[in-house]
Amino acid sequence: MSAIGTARLRIHRGGHYDEFAVPFEEGASILDALLWIRAHRDPSLAIRYSCINANVCKECTIAIDGRVDYTCTTRLVDDRLTTLDPLPGKRQLRDLVTDTVPPREKL
Amino acid sequence: MTQIETDVLIVGAGGAGMYAALAAAPAGAGTVLLVDKSLVGRGGATVMAQMTVAAALAEEGPDDWPLHLEDPLAAGRGLCDENLAAILCAGAPERIREMEEWHVGWARHADGRIRQVTAPGHSRPRCCYVDFLNTGPAVAATLRRRIARLDPIRRVSNLCITDLVTASGEVVGAVGLDTAEGAPATVAAKSVVIATGGLTRIFARNSASANLGGDGYALALAAGAELTDLEFVQFFPIGHLAPRLVGMDPIMWDPFRYKLGGRLLNGAGEEFLAAYGSDESAGYSTPRDLLTYAITREVAAGRGSPHGGVHLSFAHVPSASIAAAFGPVVERLAKNGIDLRRMPVEVSPIAHYHMGGIRVDDRMQSRVPGLFAAGEAVGGANGANRLSGNAIPEALVFGERAGHHAAVHAAGRRHGWRQQAAAEAVGQVRAAAGGHAGDTPAIELLGELRALMGEAVGPFRTAAGLAVAIRRLGEMRAALPGLAIAPGAACNPTLGDWFELRASLNAAEAVARAAAARTESRGAHQRDDFPDTDPALASSQTVTMDEGGSITAGFMR
Repeated sequence: MSAIGTARLRIHRGGHYDEFAVPFEEGASILDALLWIRAHRDPSLAIRYSCINANVCKECTIAIDGRVDYTCTTRLVDDRLTTLDPLPGKRQLRDLVTDTVPPREKL
Repeated sequence: MTQIETDVLIVGAGGAGMYAALAAAPAGAGTVLLVDKSLVGRGGATVMAQMTVAAALAEEGPDDWPLHLEDPLAAGRGLCDENLAAILCAGAPERIREMEEWHVGWARHADGRIRQVTAPGHSRPRCCYVDFLNTGPAVAATLRRRIARLDPIRRVSNLCITDLVTASGEVVGAVGLDTAEGAPATVAAKSVVIATGGLTRIFARNSASANLGGDGYALALAAGAELTDLEFVQFFPIGHLAPRLVGMDPIMWDPFRYKLGGRLLNGAGEEFLAAYGSDESAGYSTPRDLLTYAITREVAAGRGSPHGGVHLSFAHVPSASIAAAFGPVVERLAKNGIDLRRMPVEVSPIAHYHMGGIRVDDRMQSRVPGLFAAGEAVGGANGANRLSGNAIPEALVFGERAGHHAAVHAAGRRHGWRQQAAAEAVGQVRAAAGGHAGDTPAIELLGELRALMGEAVGPFRTAAGLAVAIRRLGEMRAALPGLAIAPGAACNPTLGDWFELRASLNAAEAVARAAAARTESRGAHQRDDFPDTDPALASSQTVTMDEGGSITAGFMR
């Protein structure tokens, strides 16, 4: 059986940060934790993803402790505080969602 | 409010939607609007496809499309719409060669021939692929490049179509939620193509991306279209379960088993397939339905692995063989902490594909004039079971037909749009976007829906379980108006959850009712209380929705 840990995520919510403690099984990703938060703590947390797991859609890119990476392939670490920010250089729309839609694909 | 006019509206921008757009433009559509609730060309199932594409190219030896057709007809257990299956097999070679001209990069032999392998259920080597496990992403990227070059195609991301609009029995456009703004938008269209894929996301264990919750079926039902073969959901028997594996599709173990012959072991570490009448001494030969049955039974008997599946072990395979067969993939597994030489993984059946869908004629038009369908959203071509390799041809071939005929339908026609006919749907988007106080958020019921479907409407079904599911789905539907929606309309995920739940409940009920009415076992539909195939039920069912929103399923007379 995989080890159970608790990750701490500090998430940019616009004007402030919210911190969440997330239980996880070994190997779980940041995206797993964000989906857990949406299902169990705060459904209004705005995130972007599509393929969930396969790392083919590339929609889930954010800044993880200041480094741009995919939430679906970055692992959670037990008992460590990780700070999540929206993609730098893009307009923040809500929480971790930035304006990544190409201009020609907008309404 | 944003109001758009277009000749052809295409809902869903995976492989089928993108190809429909490519075909509509040269067939005379002055304007084509290709919308997706996520990003154009990056969502849906196409990008997830790692495996193979079936087409009678005859690169490895004699083959032609009538030979190809024999295989899906056999797999479909008497239920294939032979017309649609023939269109699929006959059209596949042209589409696959065209993809090659567009530089998709099919794997080739040294002499230049496209490599074709024999996927399960095919009588000969017919399935091409892009290395390594990259077929779907390569197809999607190729189509994204092509649609960007055609002027009549306007692409719109972040638009979730919530309702189709009809007038005098014909489709005249749609209403959507602009998720970035949290505001309604209307699209007046002369014809509409539904290319939203299937519904595997409504099952707890699945291989779906985020946007495969059955939206297209809900849209079509409410607009008056018929659905067919809804009870046939393909469960992939050895989907990855544990340890957590990221960056890879959960159905990736199949080629490992073909090449290396991995052993399936129950929670006690014992081989169990022989107890279910399967002999794998000569290699991986157990059919998918029997494999799903055996695994489900072992788990039910308390002999499952820690996460509720069984173990798949390669410990007996020399490590050099593992490395030779899967080179770079072995490194990706290592990043996931998986070393096949030392440890088994856990696998279980997961919802992978939906055979059912919208009933269409040979122009891909539903019974509602102007409403077309393409790709996995189409029902009938695969009958009671789908062969490996037939999903991407279905996206491309049906996409081409639907786009072409949608453009022909639109040509010379005036817009039939009536704002009044859209008023209720627009009002619903506005009301939801205004937020709603409540104790239960939609995401909670989405979780319950997926668990319920996995338990009671999964690989093995009973009358009692299906009755429980149908009753609970009705209760959830009744609860929709009271669910909590968070304040702040722009990029509000609880708004998307609410509309997804509304659609998924209708899709789920359509599956459950069709499953309850089919009192036999056939192909992917297996009933514990009716284990045999009933020759009297060798026909497809029709699912419809009445004016009051009630869903019924029944056999055609």
